[in-house]
Amino acid sequence: MANETLTGSSGSRGDSPPAVRARRGIGRARSARAGLTLLALVLAVASVLPVLYMVSASFKSRDTVTDGKLFPSEFTFDNYRYVFTEVPFTRYLLNSFLISAVITVVALLFHSMAAYALARLRFPGREKLFALIFSTLLVTAPVVLIPLFLVARELNLLDSYAGLIIPAIFNAFGIFLLRQFYLGLPRELEEAAIVDGCGHWRVYWSIVLPMSRPILSALAVFFFLANWNAFVWPLVATNDPDLTVVQLGISTLQNQYTSNWNYILAAATVAALPMLALFFAFQRQIVESIKTSGIK
Amino acid sequence: MTSLGTVPDTAARRPARAARERRRLSRKHREWLAAALFLAPDCIGLLLFVGIPMLLSIFLGFFQVSGFGSYRWVGLGNYERMMSDPLFWDAMRITAIYVVVLVPVLFAVSLGLGLLVKQKLPAVGAFRTALFLPYVISLVVVGLLWKFLLDDQVGAVSGAIEDAGLGHHSWLGEPSLALASLIAVTVWVMMGYYMVIFLAGLQEIPQEFYEAAKIDGAGPWRTFRSITWPLLRPTSFFVLLMSTVAALTGGLDLIFVLTSGGPANGTSLAIFYIYQQAFIFGEYGYASALGSFLVLIMVLVSAVVFRVTRGGRFDDGE
Repeated sequence: MANETLTGSSGSRGDSPPAVRARRGIGRARSARAGLTLLALVLAVASVLPVLYMVSASFKSRDTVTDGKLFPSEFTFDNYRYVFTEVPFTRYLLNSFLISAVITVVALLFHSMAAYALARLRFPGREKLFALIFSTLLVTAPVVLIPLFLVARELNLLDSYAGLIIPAIFNAFGIFLLRQFYLGLPRELEEAAIVDGCGHWRVYWSIVLPMSRPILSALAVFFFLANWNAFVWPLVATNDPDLTVVQLGISTLQNQYTSNWNYILAAATVAALPMLALFFAFQRQIVESIKTSGIK
Repeated sequence: MTSLGTVPDTAARRPARAARERRRLSRKHREWLAAALFLAPDCIGLLLFVGIPMLLSIFLGFFQVSGFGSYRWVGLGNYERMMSDPLFWDAMRITAIYVVVLVPVLFAVSLGLGLLVKQKLPAVGAFRTALFLPYVISLVVVGLLWKFLLDDQVGAVSGAIEDAGLGHHSWLGEPSLALASLIAVTVWVMMGYYMVIFLAGLQEIPQEFYEAAKIDGAGPWRTFRSITWPLLRPTSFFVLLMSTVAALTGGLDLIFVLTSGGPANGTSLAIFYIYQQAFIFGEYGYASALGSFLVLIMVLVSAVVFRVTRGGRFDDGE
């Protein structure tokens, strides 16, 4: 099924027999490359345009927000002013920032500790434990949403920052990636430290952790992004308006101001902007961590 | 711990050997202890918030759970109810259409994009960035944005489609169109993610193979069929498995904002129906039974994907 669709993209590079190709090789290659560049350009624009349109529309007034123009005929910051003054949007942003930051830091600490033990310490049952941890990767969040909710209720975690933070810390993905990384680190430094009489905590804290800075920063970006964008768990785990996170905030905003797209889009832009900034700053790290998760 | 307490006693009697023994033992035990402490936070957390919920989800299906936490055993009651719940089977039917359309389309689009941005094109880095960008935006924002763009009165995209002479359609207002819109939006968000995975897989293929094919005069299609496609098998398997699982159980955020399962339950996928049963109607037990059924389907479908792609191994017996 996929093959048929693929003929389109690779076939456009030319489907004439080799002899003809060889004769007109360079010219053909050049025009094929131009065609592909054009195709990539069109697709890239189609991919980004909706986002640009959202940002642009957030600067339009209520009367012109639906005019369909790519650029606002007159810029207004009123929508942003409204969102920050009439809606406790600053609170939403701070909540999301606090929750995502704490989850990220704690998760990186716990996961790197666990991964270090799984990769470098010898103890009975290590491989079994790793297999067990790995198998939890197959449990997708929506599937355990209901029992997780009931567990959180029993532990009195609902409607609290703890309830938003603690369950989100634990996932095997980070442990897995870090373990793979630690398996690949040279052992010499560690062994030298152990011979010098360093304890395992010292080895972990002052040798292994500094060496894993690249992968930790990639994971940090990834965790922060995922938790900033989280919606379903905050939706079911909180009622208290003071605990509203930014994704929840904009979705309720939509119910309140159904046709005021100018306000909704301004709020949506504010919610998306930190992630876009993060993406542009740490693009390589994000892409690298996705690549590693795919190959290994 | 108690066994360690006896060590000094023995050491006093047979000094040299015992001391060596003790040091050796204690070093081994120290390593065990360190491992336990290093692993404890994550293991306790995973047990509490992943392991126990996973086991609980199986048992909950046999109970009726009240909103205030009292549990009543109902045996197979929830499953009997499921069998005769037309809305759930509607949701399963819609889920099936959604998965069967979304997974191949997403696969083909992402693979196409991966092949495209693997070429040495001018500004190819910028194209990659642009194609990946929608992925970093939350599904809530994506849902809001497309609700705005596809609005049948004021939407810019629905307007553009109408201007192109394709007629006035209510893209989110008709059940089958709304499902198509949901799929299209999902492709738009996810294509960059899978493109990156495909790109990584493509870059793993040794360049020599392509050079050899070129010398042999193989055209692009031939090269794709005989080199890229077979060598990409592990990546294809991974993408197929991930996207199938995600399609079966994910997308709750997007449905919630974009269509709320409507119109006329046209986009009420199974996972959304389960969510409603649990958190709108408080039927936690019934919803868990439905969830277990969905997990069973997910496992079966994954097994089929595994069989079809032979687990992503290279040898294909040709």
